[in-house]
Amino acid sequence: MTSTVSDNSVSDSPTPQRADTPSADRTGYRGTKVRRQRVRAAWLFLTPMLLSLLIVAAWPLLRTFYLSFTDASLSDTTGGMFIGFENYLVHDDGAWYGLLADPVWWTSVWNTVYFAVVSVSLEVVFGIIVALLLNAEFKGRMLVRAAVLIPWAIPTIVSAKMWAWMLNDQFGIINHLLMLLGIIDAPLAWTADADLSMWAVIMVDVWKTIPFVALLVLAALQMLPSDCYEAAEVDGIHPLKVFFRVTLPLITPALMVAVIFRLLDALRVFDVIYVLTSNSTSTMTMSIYARQQLVEFQDVGYGSAASTLLFLIISFAVVIYLYLGRRQLGVEQ
Amino acid sequence: MNTRALFKIAKRLGFYALTAVVLVYAIFPFYYAVITSLKPSSDLFRMELWPSAPDLANYATIFSESSFVRAIGNSVLVAISVVFIALLLGITASYALGRVRFRGRTTVMLTILGVSMFPQVAVLSGMFEVIRALGLYNNPGGLILSYTVFTLPFTVWVLTTFMRQLPMELEEAAIMDGATPWVTITRVFLPLMWPAMATTGLLAFIAAWNEFLFALTFTLTDSQRTVPVAIALISGNSQHELPWGPIMAASVTVTVPLVILVMIFQRRIVSGLTAGAVKG
Repeated sequence: MTSTVSDNSVSDSPTPQRADTPSADRTGYRGTKVRRQRVRAAWLFLTPMLLSLLIVAAWPLLRTFYLSFTDASLSDTTGGMFIGFENYLVHDDGAWYGLLADPVWWTSVWNTVYFAVVSVSLEVVFGIIVALLLNAEFKGRMLVRAAVLIPWAIPTIVSAKMWAWMLNDQFGIINHLLMLLGIIDAPLAWTADADLSMWAVIMVDVWKTIPFVALLVLAALQMLPSDCYEAAEVDGIHPLKVFFRVTLPLITPALMVAVIFRLLDALRVFDVIYVLTSNSTSTMTMSIYARQQLVEFQDVGYGSAASTLLFLIISFAVVIYLYLGRRQLGVEQ
Repeated sequence: MNTRALFKIAKRLGFYALTAVVLVYAIFPFYYAVITSLKPSSDLFRMELWPSAPDLANYATIFSESSFVRAIGNSVLVAISVVFIALLLGITASYALGRVRFRGRTTVMLTILGVSMFPQVAVLSGMFEVIRALGLYNNPGGLILSYTVFTLPFTVWVLTTFMRQLPMELEEAAIMDGATPWVTITRVFLPLMWPAMATTGLLAFIAAWNEFLFALTFTLTDSQRTVPVAIALISGNSQHELPWGPIMAASVTVTVPLVILVMIFQRRIVSGLTAGAVKG
């Protein structure tokens, strides 16, 4: 992938670059000595960061891959024996065993995908609505913008606890309000009922991440050219039509960035679900499954296999995205 | 003409109604947590939008527990160390990536982007080994080390964006004066980078303050935990007897500093988020 990318074109954000960016190294042409010194310094400056990433990312990742082929357990520190693909799939005594034969694993894969697709879709729709709202001129706009950021600022654990309290089956205010409005006639067990708990989790995640999507969209909205809108107004075109024909196409790049970051977060979701519904199968995601095997069942080999599969699934999503969205991320000119 | 004016008013009203709905939706859960934290346990089941007899008993309860106070201390220590390390490594790396053209820069940038995208669970067992080998298990040091995995990529990424926007002429002048790259960074760029560093530092702080998976897995005893784990593990005698008053008091305590910081740095956070599109 990198071979197709020209060296000076890595752009780091959806925000527009200043015109002088591609020539950021103009000084380099002044003399080869200065240039050589700068390149040497650059590598020297990068070394501590690269070393840290090696220790905390590359090495642990490779060890996780390796451990997935062993029968390592959490209690012994020797690292276990190499057992090949047995953690993934093994045929023994006429039956299949291993991760790929475990229905709970497949439930967690399905739950993760369901959670990711539903919550990200809702976040995008509501995020755009909130962004359009914040983009309008009105008194107290800055105040509203600050207030909308609050859910984003609240730690995920805390928001999960706050909602767990509001969704409490006996004393929760949500059941209370729904009963007051006559929508339900008996309290619902939001986080315990298998049919409701996924929705409870999605509800909390959507609440927490709308600000993030809204802010990215708002930043894009504020850079839109106003002459299109003036022209549309003069021609008397319906605002909805203007939105779908003009605004939406223009904010798509920003929207794509928001969607990929949210989607990646949603695919690795752990904390909201762990706090709201613990290890319940009806909301179990791949991360929860992997950690349960790894820590609670002490089966490092099997848990690592689940982690490895999750990693592969997410990498696959990233590669597809980078392929489709190169232009949006500005990696290719 | 008249119906048109009416239509305009209706539109205006609808707009304000929608704004009000969004405001209530955003703020209410936090507000409800605050009032719950002020209620004595006997009032918990009463639905009211204003506590009839507010008191601070729940706060007294959590602060009298040494493990909670320790957890706050651990969180502060971990978050500040993470910010410091991420900025230190990030500022030099961002100079290299933002201002110097060299072979392999794109590869480094894509590697960083890749690291920021991969799931934490994927490094969980490998990281467990590293932490245990370094003797950092059940120790804030292990968390400081492991949080580098998700703070460093976005710190470098965002700082590089800012670094690129600094004017060329400054650096040229420094080079003409014979300044080495190190002097250029520390004397010329660093003073200009403070706003960017405040933004990225704050984002790193929030990320470290909120982290849960590593904190839950790499600590064992109450005295080594961080606040998110401490809150998640507050339990009562049974599932149905959770002490909601103290839980909400702890939640509010952990959140208020963040909410204040976010309100103050609101504009900067928005620019940092759009530059780095980091996770919340």
